[in-house]
Amino acid sequence: MTATQEPTRQAEIGRDRRRKEDQRLITGRTRWTDNITLPGMLHLAMVRSPYAHARITGIETSAAKASTNVVAVLTGADLGEGQGACINAWPVTTDQVTPAHLPMPTDRVAFAGETVAVVVARSAAEARDAAELVEVDYEELPAALDLKEAAAAHENGGVIAHPDLGTNVSAVWRFDSAEAGTGGDVEAAITEARAGGILIEREYRQQRLIPAFMEPRSVVVDPTGEQITVWSATQIPHILRFALAATTGVPESKIRVIAPDVGGGFGGKLQQTPEEMIAFAVARRLGKPVKFTETRSESLLTAHHGRDQWQRLTLAATSDGRVTGLKVDLLADLGAYVAIVGGGVPVLGAFMFNAIYKFPAYQFQTTNVLTNKTWTDAYRGAGRPEATYAIERLMDELAAEVGVDPLEIREKNWITHEEFPFTTVAGLEYDSGNYEAATARAKEMFGYDALRAEQAERRAAGDRVQLGLGVSTFTEMCGLAPSRVLGSLNYGAGGWEHAEVRMLATGKVEVITGASAHGQGHETAFSQIVADRLGVPFEDVEVLHGDTQISHKGLDTYGSRSLVVGGEALVRAVDKVIEKARPIAAHLLEASADDLEFKHGQFSVKGTDAAMAITEIATAVFAAHNLPDGVEPSIDSEATYDPVNFNYPHGTHLCAVEVDTETGQIKLRKYVCCDDIGVVINPLIVAGQVHGGLVQGIAQALWEEAVYDENGTLVSGSFVDYLLPTAADTISFEIDHTTSPATTNSLGTKGVGEAGTIASTPAVVNAVVDAVRHLGVNDITMPCTPERVWRAINDGSSGGETPEAAMPHFDSAEGDVQ
Amino acid sequence: MARINLTVDGQQVADDVEPRTLLVQYLREQLGKTGTVIGCDTSNCGACTVHLNGRSVKSCNVLAVQVDGAEVTTIEGLAAEDGTLHPVQESFRECHGLQCGFCTPGMIMQTVDLLAENPSPSEEAIRLGLEGNLCRCTGYHNIVRAVQHAAGTTTETSSEAGASA
Repeated sequence: MTATQEPTRQAEIGRDRRRKEDQRLITGRTRWTDNITLPGMLHLAMVRSPYAHARITGIETSAAKASTNVVAVLTGADLGEGQGACINAWPVTTDQVTPAHLPMPTDRVAFAGETVAVVVARSAAEARDAAELVEVDYEELPAALDLKEAAAAHENGGVIAHPDLGTNVSAVWRFDSAEAGTGGDVEAAITEARAGGILIEREYRQQRLIPAFMEPRSVVVDPTGEQITVWSATQIPHILRFALAATTGVPESKIRVIAPDVGGGFGGKLQQTPEEMIAFAVARRLGKPVKFTETRSESLLTAHHGRDQWQRLTLAATSDGRVTGLKVDLLADLGAYVAIVGGGVPVLGAFMFNAIYKFPAYQFQTTNVLTNKTWTDAYRGAGRPEATYAIERLMDELAAEVGVDPLEIREKNWITHEEFPFTTVAGLEYDSGNYEAATARAKEMFGYDALRAEQAERRAAGDRVQLGLGVSTFTEMCGLAPSRVLGSLNYGAGGWEHAEVRMLATGKVEVITGASAHGQGHETAFSQIVADRLGVPFEDVEVLHGDTQISHKGLDTYGSRSLVVGGEALVRAVDKVIEKARPIAAHLLEASADDLEFKHGQFSVKGTDAAMAITEIATAVFAAHNLPDGVEPSIDSEATYDPVNFNYPHGTHLCAVEVDTETGQIKLRKYVCCDDIGVVINPLIVAGQVHGGLVQGIAQALWEEAVYDENGTLVSGSFVDYLLPTAADTISFEIDHTTSPATTNSLGTKGVGEAGTIASTPAVVNAVVDAVRHLGVNDITMPCTPERVWRAINDGSSGGETPEAAMPHFDSAEGDVQ
Repeated sequence: MARINLTVDGQQVADDVEPRTLLVQYLREQLGKTGTVIGCDTSNCGACTVHLNGRSVKSCNVLAVQVDGAEVTTIEGLAAEDGTLHPVQESFRECHGLQCGFCTPGMIMQTVDLLAENPSPSEEAIRLGLEGNLCRCTGYHNIVRAVQHAAGTTTETSSEAGASA
């Protein structure tokens, strides 16, 4: 027992702590999956289909098997049912068409890059050499490649990606505000606008993107010992363990999954991959540890892609620019299989097209389509960037139609800060926000009025280089989500998160989280939360994660959920520790529990100077010599938290670009954003998340696209061809924050991981279009390459390869056909 | 197999290597220098950057047999023997110039070389000097800040370094 003065300590929350993670990362003391070497470990190489769609008529493996140091060559038929299956966790409709997805198919491949055989050898190089010797006979089949053609194939006799299914349409998912009772009839709004208001009709393309995390995926499986241990470069160790158990019949309790250091994910490692399943099956079969590490080319070819939608959009407004209705009709390319979230990605956008605006009527429909291309799934933002792009582009078009500034049209239609909490036409309740404040701050940082004046001067002077200003006043929903809401959407899992706090005898604290970081800085930010709440030094908190034997329960990291859901679980676990310690403190301090107050890590007796630190109680509990009768000798606690709502960050992003009207060259000049992400735990980490998010979104606008040739071969399958931005392509950013604390978690936090990506794409494209709108341009297909910009200026198209596809397509008759 | 003798991170080493072995494979698989990583197969990403006789090279672009008699420094040999970080390592931590950390070994090794050549680079020179190193997490903003910090060309060290340009 100690009598101490009340210690003064700096609050950890809000402090720009340098990251605990960095020491090992900057010194090369890392544990990437590919770094792991085990005694007797064998290496795998995949034999992959060069065809987008083909029947496998024979696999000749004898030459490969005869190679020196080759241990085995196995096909799908060899592995049989033991290989398990790749699961879809979110059948978006009860009648969703879902092709069976074997990790290694036995009779037919459905995309170029699919694995048909695996070579096992003593070294990775020997495995790859032998893979070249495997001869596979294919009977090539027609491939469904174009999204629009594939969507209509069952009606017009076109190519079917999986012929036995009879259709390429996996699911049609629809939301209508009139049917749901959350708003009016969108068709009535459109009819009214057509008669006497403004109707904006557009078709936008969300090109196919590749997450392109820097660490290629790698998996090591060790079948020796009682549990099978799987190390994987994954975002989802817990979900992977579930899927391994559920599809192979190995008891979940016999599987341990570890996500060691993981080099980025961005949704791209939110997957149960065929390669993980194959490695698991081979290790079990041979009884030896195995490793598979993909090459970058394999990663770009076979790790799931993102986006890939056509968006048909109709926005109705009054003649003075007040929005009256929004109708969204999507075609979403799922690729060859329905991935783990798969068809749920476009559905995640369903609630966000209406964004921050007060639409009285709204309708959303997505048609999820199977093709013979790489499967698609979550990529940073997952559904919400698509929605934000569409609405923010449309609001600019509306502003142009009305003839007012893009910010003015937004202000006319957005939810004002007095109106929170606000129930939207999509049925969500936005808990907090202040769009006026974020916009005012962004405008101030940007120097908006001065740049508009410069733009006017350049236009008047007919400068070759024109200035464009782009606006994006985004919101998003993250922290997925109340489990019952996910259940109502037919999602297979819940949205809770788990945390544990272990009070060690030496005064140190172990924190276990079910979230699984791969660059986000959880070890630092979670330490800050615990240090503040428990009153222990930041340095004394150790955050453990990403190992199902240590963190036995969790739903992992994606959807900007780790802080808003996992952080709240942590807060609740800490609070339980304090409550468990209270009667013990009272006993040791010889006081009534009611007379104790807990502050700065100490229980003190009110009105006295008697106090005891919670770490001292931990030591006393360890000894357990002197505890109250009937009290268990532990103050360790755990909590599982199911969020009560989604979480709604928002912000205003402003972008200035210079466009050379003679060459189509675009130069980023300035990018400013003011995000409202509620209470900030660590501003340094937040800034990093924003910067990185911005560049991924900007890259969609300007550079990145996964391109297939007419045979279904990915021609952007290396870093030579897939244009990841470099330091030389990008600029420095100016970022700031306004703060409207979230009302649905204790800390008032909102997610930030995806915000930059969601917001920036339309800000950039709006800026590019704004630069050349006076030349008759109202759309440019992403990525806005110099060629497309030049073509848009010179032939009035959107610059895309299929100019007719971007023309307004809703005539009055077609408007009714959905 | 060919015999090579070289110095890696201050240690004399000798090994038999297959002629086709890349330097990065030799470092990782035979020497256990797994701090140096492989991010691509086309020499674009720069994650495997090390120093060869004092200059940065992409170690996926050098054969192990080519480094016979040479001096190689990897990320694991950059800090002082007593553990004191190299100023560039310290700057990357200080300015939050890394997130997942996978590109970081290469990014740091390239920065050391960049600053050796140009101790006071402009932002443009930094961006051009790091063009051969890809990062997917940071958007490069804080990497540029880290290089400036190491060069002493910026005084920003707090979170404002991240929050403003």
